[in-house]
Amino acid sequence: MTEAMIRVVLVDDHALFRSGVRAELDRAVPDVTVVGEAGSVDEAVAAIRHHRPDVVLLDVHMPDGGGAEVLRQLRPELPDVVFLALSVSDAAEDVIAVIRAGARGYVTKTISGRELADAVRRVHGGDPVFSPRLAGFVLDVFSQKPGAAPPGDPELDLLTRRERDVLRLLARGYAYKEIAGELFISVKTVETHVSSVLRKTQLSNRYELSRWASDRRLV
Amino acid sequence: MNTPTPPLARRRTGRLVAGVAGGVADHLGIPVTWVRAAFIALAAMWWAGALAYGLLWVFVRQESSDVERSTPRRERQQALGLAALGVAAALTAAALGNDLVGWIVGPLGVAAVGAALVWREADEGQRRRWTGSGGRNALWRTVAGALFVAAGIAVFLFGQLQLGQVQFALLAVLATLVGVGVLTVPWWVRLVRELTEERRERIVETERAEIAAHLHDSVLQTLALIQRQSDQPREVARLARGQERELRAWLYGPGGYGRGAAALDEGLTAALAAAAAEVEDTYAVTVAPVVVGADRTLDDHLRALVLAGREAMVNAAKHAGVAEVSVYCEVEDDEVNLFVRDRGSGFDPDDVPGDRHGLADSVHGRMGRHGGTVRLRSTPGEGTEVHLAMPVRTHEEAAT
Repeated sequence: MTEAMIRVVLVDDHALFRSGVRAELDRAVPDVTVVGEAGSVDEAVAAIRHHRPDVVLLDVHMPDGGGAEVLRQLRPELPDVVFLALSVSDAAEDVIAVIRAGARGYVTKTISGRELADAVRRVHGGDPVFSPRLAGFVLDVFSQKPGAAPPGDPELDLLTRRERDVLRLLARGYAYKEIAGELFISVKTVETHVSSVLRKTQLSNRYELSRWASDRRLV
Repeated sequence: MNTPTPPLARRRTGRLVAGVAGGVADHLGIPVTWVRAAFIALAAMWWAGALAYGLLWVFVRQESSDVERSTPRRERQQALGLAALGVAAALTAAALGNDLVGWIVGPLGVAAVGAALVWREADEGQRRRWTGSGGRNALWRTVAGALFVAAGIAVFLFGQLQLGQVQFALLAVLATLVGVGVLTVPWWVRLVRELTEERRERIVETERAEIAAHLHDSVLQTLALIQRQSDQPREVARLARGQERELRAWLYGPGGYGRGAAALDEGLTAALAAAAAEVEDTYAVTVAPVVVGADRTLDDHLRALVLAGREAMVNAAKHAGVAEVSVYCEVEDDEVNLFVRDRGSGFDPDDVPGDRHGLADSVHGRMGRHGGTVRLRSTPGEGTEVHLAMPVRTHEEAAT
């Protein structure tokens, strides 16, 4: 079991929250271990460099730059470390910003310990984690608004029909396995679609992606 | 030299007249003597240098008081010499011109020197706030300055006496106004600045008070309630969830604190959020609505959709036996789809007892009356999903 342990660094500026998550993961989940904690961007960069964890649980909101800043400093240097955003923020632009900076998923802090462990395992396995809310945000980003600018790069700026179906089901609260059953495809295919959506969210220069963040007032 | 260019600010210490030359030198990164020489050279050209100096004096703010620098005695003397040279050059230039120019420029020059004296006092006074602690010297210098201004204007006027009495009276009034205006320029400029500063501070203060009040009314009260009921986990969860929702709406919601944009009060998103909140509060479950697409104002059809959706949430909360209900709403141009899903016990739709009216009346009936459809999927042991679809009229149709 020891070699299969997933090593996690926890980054959040609230010590109370860190200790809560740590206790929950240590108690309930045998294959996930918290090897380090950090309470600021600088501490996070140092801790991640030192521990070289498998997964980093990253708070979106922190003083001096937040999760996006940690990603900006470490992504080029440590491409093997996987980041999972963990936040109370519901502001769509914050979430999308962290995803675009390189996080492999986004879950809200109200998630249970077991679900969090599942999410950690999944990003560690290479699959993105889309909470229903993130799926909704991404659908909104790629929505076909009347009068929207034509896509600059159709490969990146548009979702395929299948990807859209998968995202809709994610937003409806379906698990990957349930989506696979619903669409008569394999779980592997669902994962491929979600990965593709994540890639498009990160790389697309779609006109709305910047404008959308500024003019969206609904959450 | 990677240090950024300092913003243009008059020197407070180590200055000769008003610190203008020093400030310009700091800003441009050149020796102060060059700047002074340039002002003097310009002054010889019909007082252009003096005018520029005066304007900079009025409109450039003084640097903050924590910068200390000393002026060597030699530099002081050099600068004084330069200033004297400048005045002489300018006067000569004026005298070399025709009589009229000489007449006008001469007395106005005296008035300008007077104004300079008074303004210099105003600069000093900014440190002392004119509280009287300036002492005799300050008062004396101000009076002397005022006298200079008065004398200059008087001489200028006596030169114009032949214009006649009416014009003289007009000129006198005008001259007095100009004199008062010139003398008080520094105070006006300062007044405006201080008012702006004060307003900014007041806004920050109000903001802070509002946040404190809000946190007190909401978070602190809830925390107190939670402490008193800490032996009832369900109640604690309900309180925490309700408070979280409220705070979230305040921070990130439409028209919330972090946005400032006007909210669509009667919109579909708000109505759905309110319905979910009610169900959460009543049944102590988590209902998190996700809405995709542009918000719409509520009409009868959408109101029916929200009410039917609310009933579906209530059913899930009451019968599914789980702590979380997923709600997803997608707004399209011609249709709004609402999904309410739980992973609870599920049921067989054909098996529903006849006395359960919720699904039949509140959901099916309501949707049917407004032209919507209901699809229900439930598998015992895996959960239930209610899919409500409501066609909506496009804006063009609504307008006709």
